[in-house]
Amino acid sequence: MTNDIIIIGGGHNGLACAAYLAKAGKRVTVLEAAEQLGGAAITREFAPGYQVSAGAHLLYMLDKNVRKELALESNGLAFSQSNMKTVALAEDGDHLVIANNSAQGAGITDADQVALQEYQRFMTRFASIIGRLHNRIPPRIATKNSSDLLTLAKTALDIRMLGRDDMREFLRIAGINIYDILQENFDHPLLKGALSMDGILGTNLGPRSNNSVFTTLHRLSGLQGINMPRGGLGAVSEALATVARKHGATIRTSAVVTRICMQGDRVTGVELQDGEEISASAVVSSADPRTTFMGLLGARNLEAGFVRRINNIRMRGTAAKLHLALDGLPAFKGLEAGLLGERILIAPDIEYVERAFNQVKYGQHSVHPVAEITLPSLHDDSLAPNGKHVLSAIIQYAPYDLKNGWASQKAAFTEQVIDLLEQYAPGIRQQIIHQEMLTPVDIEREFRISGGHWHHGELAIDQFLMLRPAPHSAQYLSPVDGLYLCGAGSHPGGGVMGSAGRNAASAILKATQKDERS
Amino acid sequence: MRPYTDQESDDSRQLNLESGQKALTLKKYDAIVIGAGHNGLTNAAFLAKAGLDVLLIEKNTYIGGATVSLEVHKGWMYSNCSYVCSLLRPEVYRGLELAKYGLQVVPYGGNVTLSQNGDYYGSYIDPDVSRREMARLSPRDADAKVRYDRDIMRQCRFIRQFMLHTAPDPTSFKPRDMMEMFQMGKALLKLGEDVIYDMMRFYTMSISEYLDEYFEHPLIKAAKAGSGIIGSAMGVMSPGTAYVLLHHAMGDVDGNIGAWGFARGGMGAIAKAMDDCFQDHGGETMTGSGVEQILVKNGKVTGVALENGNEYHADVVVSNMTFPRTFLECMDAKDLEPEFIRKVKNFKIRGSSGKLNIALDSLPNFTALENNPELIKGDMHLIDSVERLERAYDDWKDGSWSKDPYIDMLIPSLTDPTMTPPGKHFMSVFVQYVPPKIHGKDWTDTQRDEFGQTVINQIETYAPGFKDRILHVEIRTPRELEDEVGLTQGNIFQGELTMDQLLFNRPIPGYAQYRGPAKGLYMCGSSNHPGGGVMAAPGANAAREILRDLRKPNSVPEGWLDD
Amino acid sequence: MSGADNSGMIKAIDFSSKDHYRTKAFPSPFFTRQQAVNELQEWGRWADYLSPRAYYCSSMEYFAARNASAVFDLTPMSKYRISGPDALPCLNRLVTRQVEKIKPGRVGYCVWCTDAGQVIDDGTIFHLSEGEYRLCSQERHLDWLLTNTVGFDVTVSDETHMVAALALQGPTSCATLKAMGLEGVENMKPFDIEYFPFEESQLMVSRTGFTGDLGYELWVEPRYAEALWDRLFEAGKLRGIQAMGDEALAMLRVEAGFIQAGHDFMPAHATVRTTHTRSPFELGLSWLVDFDKPVFNGRKALLEEQARGHRYNLVKLDIDGNKPANDSFVYTTGKKLIGTVTSAIWSPSAKASIALASVKTPHGQSGEEFLVEIYYQKELKWSRVMARARVVSDVFFTPPRRRQTPPADF
Repeated sequence: MTNDIIIIGGGHNGLACAAYLAKAGKRVTVLEAAEQLGGAAITREFAPGYQVSAGAHLLYMLDKNVRKELALESNGLAFSQSNMKTVALAEDGDHLVIANNSAQGAGITDADQVALQEYQRFMTRFASIIGRLHNRIPPRIATKNSSDLLTLAKTALDIRMLGRDDMREFLRIAGINIYDILQENFDHPLLKGALSMDGILGTNLGPRSNNSVFTTLHRLSGLQGINMPRGGLGAVSEALATVARKHGATIRTSAVVTRICMQGDRVTGVELQDGEEISASAVVSSADPRTTFMGLLGARNLEAGFVRRINNIRMRGTAAKLHLALDGLPAFKGLEAGLLGERILIAPDIEYVERAFNQVKYGQHSVHPVAEITLPSLHDDSLAPNGKHVLSAIIQYAPYDLKNGWASQKAAFTEQVIDLLEQYAPGIRQQIIHQEMLTPVDIEREFRISGGHWHHGELAIDQFLMLRPAPHSAQYLSPVDGLYLCGAGSHPGGGVMGSAGRNAASAILKATQKDERS
Repeated sequence: MRPYTDQESDDSRQLNLESGQKALTLKKYDAIVIGAGHNGLTNAAFLAKAGLDVLLIEKNTYIGGATVSLEVHKGWMYSNCSYVCSLLRPEVYRGLELAKYGLQVVPYGGNVTLSQNGDYYGSYIDPDVSRREMARLSPRDADAKVRYDRDIMRQCRFIRQFMLHTAPDPTSFKPRDMMEMFQMGKALLKLGEDVIYDMMRFYTMSISEYLDEYFEHPLIKAAKAGSGIIGSAMGVMSPGTAYVLLHHAMGDVDGNIGAWGFARGGMGAIAKAMDDCFQDHGGETMTGSGVEQILVKNGKVTGVALENGNEYHADVVVSNMTFPRTFLECMDAKDLEPEFIRKVKNFKIRGSSGKLNIALDSLPNFTALENNPELIKGDMHLIDSVERLERAYDDWKDGSWSKDPYIDMLIPSLTDPTMTPPGKHFMSVFVQYVPPKIHGKDWTDTQRDEFGQTVINQIETYAPGFKDRILHVEIRTPRELEDEVGLTQGNIFQGELTMDQLLFNRPIPGYAQYRGPAKGLYMCGSSNHPGGGVMAAPGANAAREILRDLRKPNSVPEGWLDD
Repeated sequence: MSGADNSGMIKAIDFSSKDHYRTKAFPSPFFTRQQAVNELQEWGRWADYLSPRAYYCSSMEYFAARNASAVFDLTPMSKYRISGPDALPCLNRLVTRQVEKIKPGRVGYCVWCTDAGQVIDDGTIFHLSEGEYRLCSQERHLDWLLTNTVGFDVTVSDETHMVAALALQGPTSCATLKAMGLEGVENMKPFDIEYFPFEESQLMVSRTGFTGDLGYELWVEPRYAEALWDRLFEAGKLRGIQAMGDEALAMLRVEAGFIQAGHDFMPAHATVRTTHTRSPFELGLSWLVDFDKPVFNGRKALLEEQARGHRYNLVKLDIDGNKPANDSFVYTTGKKLIGTVTSAIWSPSAKASIALASVKTPHGQSGEEFLVEIYYQKELKWSRVMARARVVSDVFFTPPRRRQTPPADF
């Protein structure tokens, strides 16, 4: 049977793309390699009775359009916690709490308060420039195509509309690093450390690395508060799957695609691990670009210059994920119990964060890592047995290509991280019933993301918009007829947005219409 | 040529203020230029050439700023700040007739990167030999270099056309700015789709990542990566460093883009030729007293007050000092908006380099070079890998000089016989990274000497017996550069070369067209577009803008286009 | 290092030692013999080697190739060995033509392009034996070839310095090889490869060349280079054999209508100005582009170009008068500037001023007339002529012996 469209990967972008295509009347089959849908937006058991969002663990920037157009809320998506605060832990227990444009505690000065408001103001404005790009198909440059020109003109206008002073500031800071910007604006070390985390989480950057203003803006670009879906991040994927199914999409799990088949210049379908071949008029891959092109399609089916571009994509993950099953609630020094459910950061100052980054440059993991910690079971008792708790933390920096490999160093690294937690939450070590550490290598294996990078490729100016994942494949198309991309490796990147899937669907509909007409 | 030093600044045309004249109200000039570095000289010379009555003020007893040769050790001429020449715009060279005033720039060939294992990677004048040298380390890299050179040249060709141009303000609706923006856009589109993408990537990538796309051999990568960080407060792995490499590659000697040369007689020869041209056109150079304050009345400049108490008046005052020095040290805060002052304070001008100038009794013997007569004549670098370079940067971030520094050494006396007594040598050792302060505190003399020792020990390991040949060493940290030459925090480019401080962002948005916040106040130093290096473009561009405001005929050349 | 060692045996050159810089150009394995007959001692440089510009008179050397036989040292050509199970698919993705049509023991001319469909270089693929290939070209391509191996089970190695090669070109070339004892060489058809025992080794012969004439290319290990030269000249003595330098070859190849990198097109991997490159169509090589095979480098762009139309045509011009049209501009008869001459000579065989020129489309149809602006001087007095020229479709000189098998015995 010929399917109209096959989508490789049942992560949130694959499912979003499927939902939109199915809604538009296409016959869609989603093939997910794992037993469970969701990709890196998944909730799964990591110890008997303990569930965790094994990939992303907070929802920052789910595409508003996706949420509305696919009516995710009426299809099962609910939130166990919204607008979470950020707690920047201090070793002495005098923590800083940041919420709604203001910061409390840790002796923060009025000057920093004022600066924080101004910082939030201009960063939010600048982020909106990037945010508006999220729902646009990246334009090609120097073509005479009217939709490309329109997109460019719209973006230029967005920047113009900032007004002279903000436009100047935007053009000044967009290309540089968050360290300099924070130093220009603030004095308080905890505040600078905490804010710098927005620029470096999930990247191969330190606060001093240029590009980190851009990554900060990207994170703020679709920000709708820091939220936690009920049932973990997997709930997002489930809602998307529900919508896709409602519109008639077929979703298969444990269907491992091993090859994208081609005839002449065209994709004809896919081959599965068990040998099954499924033909299709179009194949859409939500896998990362390296997996899609080098793995599934094969370099030999592509022109060599393009292969070089794909090989040049930087996709070395640096973030590890720690999951702890805890016997009870941990006690962080000086932290009132009411704040335990917030987003908790270990990033005591910006120099500390930069030093944590130093080692990763040389293929080593941080000696003193930074962490983003959540206790999801506080908000959602379905995740852990009664009275027990789940701690989920992103730990940086843990390079994908660790010198001498992870096999021999993972245990020691995990110990080091627990020591770090112990420093802030004495006694936590005794509370651990079970622990799981996912290094980028584990992430690569579990989520099939080459390099274990949660954005499917470093998010940076040179890998954004019409450069993402690489020129000649940045409009969700590929050099091969009938092969499309819809994953985080495409514009606008990862972070559980669904925008890539949505944009891809519109690009595919446009392209297939053109095919049908000709 | 005649040595041009403080000891001999007996030029009768120069007013010597040390002789203690009483503060007089002197005549009013058409323009006063502050700072006789190469940009101040260029600016003053073009203004004088256009018929203006110009006074050039220099705080030191010698001219040149960081473009200087000094007899620091008897019999030796040190180019003790800048030490090589490539970026100097040929249009300025010709426009100021520098050849007529005695300047000769001699190209030098080659460079070498010495590694700790006794090997090296050399670059030779002869392109075939150079290619074979690369193939000796990696045959693939030797072929990839063709592609690399092509891609770098594409970037050079594009950026070169904006050097002698005032950067348009993208926020402006003035016809001139919009026209210039349009021209820039047109030039960009002419490159074609793929080259535009390559350019977007080039400007935002780190030099280390960029080189990874071409080369495989660590020594080759390290050799090329060095120019990505010279003078910058970034590491080779910091995004944005690929552009800094371009800043070092876009110059030329006689049209050979990327080539470097020596000014015969040391870098001071450039300043001297410029000054001779300036004075030939009726300009007046006054050395020995710096500016205490730029005088402003009702939002208009009226002149300058010198440290020695004298006041000079003009409706146009041009500052060649760094951006922060001009506004934070030489102006009254009440003449400026607080917001402007805040932005000046945020201007990034962190120094990252130091220098040793060494008089040598005889030529050092670098073990690895095996007396190679060609490679010792060019730049010599001590580095093995990108990682080692990056670690040198980590020390700087921590507030200390690199314990294993990156070094760019040259022995100009092998090429230029005027630098030293016969048979003796002068060695210029540029060092990175060196912070403006040590762990937040001012440098002490002991620390300066320790830093010098670190460098000398480093060289000694590659050239045993080196120490014994040393007759004299001048050690310059950012502190010395700031104190002597006025480079704030010792930043050699008068401001870092990052995206936030390039083109229309340099020095700060809204002030990138050489005009200061008061009427009649202009800026012509390297803090302005297109930045540092002995390029003379900011000085020339500022002169063009001043003449434009004064409605005088333009004496400043526009850029020659590469076809 | 390199050159002759004490035993007189010539080895492949090697610059793995630091002091290679002392040698700006290396002697070819034939150097001692070349030097002995090089009356002018005029050496140029070609890649890593010293290459004679001319031995005694380039025009007489030219006539040796057209009248008897001439020997040209082509050792400096870049040579890459491509082998492994995926050698064929890898080459097929590299070049624009169908490589499977080049059977074992055959040679094929080809071009390869960037993804943008712009020519990087042209060259020849030698199918040495089943699955073993040699790619021979003027420019160096290790970087690009290795880039092309990603995803293929194939190895690429540079054997430029491991193979010494001579071209023997001209009407008596076959007879000379026969006299040298290469039995059956007369049965080789154009583009055939044969192997003959030679010394303790093997001599590879291909019926190929860059002259458009009857001719062969001889490939041997460098240590037998001198022996090859000696035996060739011994056998060719009575058949008018002579050594020939670069200048003579440059004339011969224009008569044959062969293009050359750096003259008639710019190699795309080295070209800074993107519009200065050419597609195969724009070099008159559309016959080398085969869209019937699947993906190859430049395929998509070339398909688009085919639909959109080309920018240039490379044409052969027959120009009135006797002045060679080097570096000339080309105009329509209405004096509109439409292109430039890329290579030009006075052809001693065609007795005509001939040229290759790149002109803007739609110009360049066979029979179309142009004006060519020629500057020349006689005793320092410069003149300019606007010479009439016609586009011709046939090559300027192509004798029947070029394809005749077996060739005549003289």
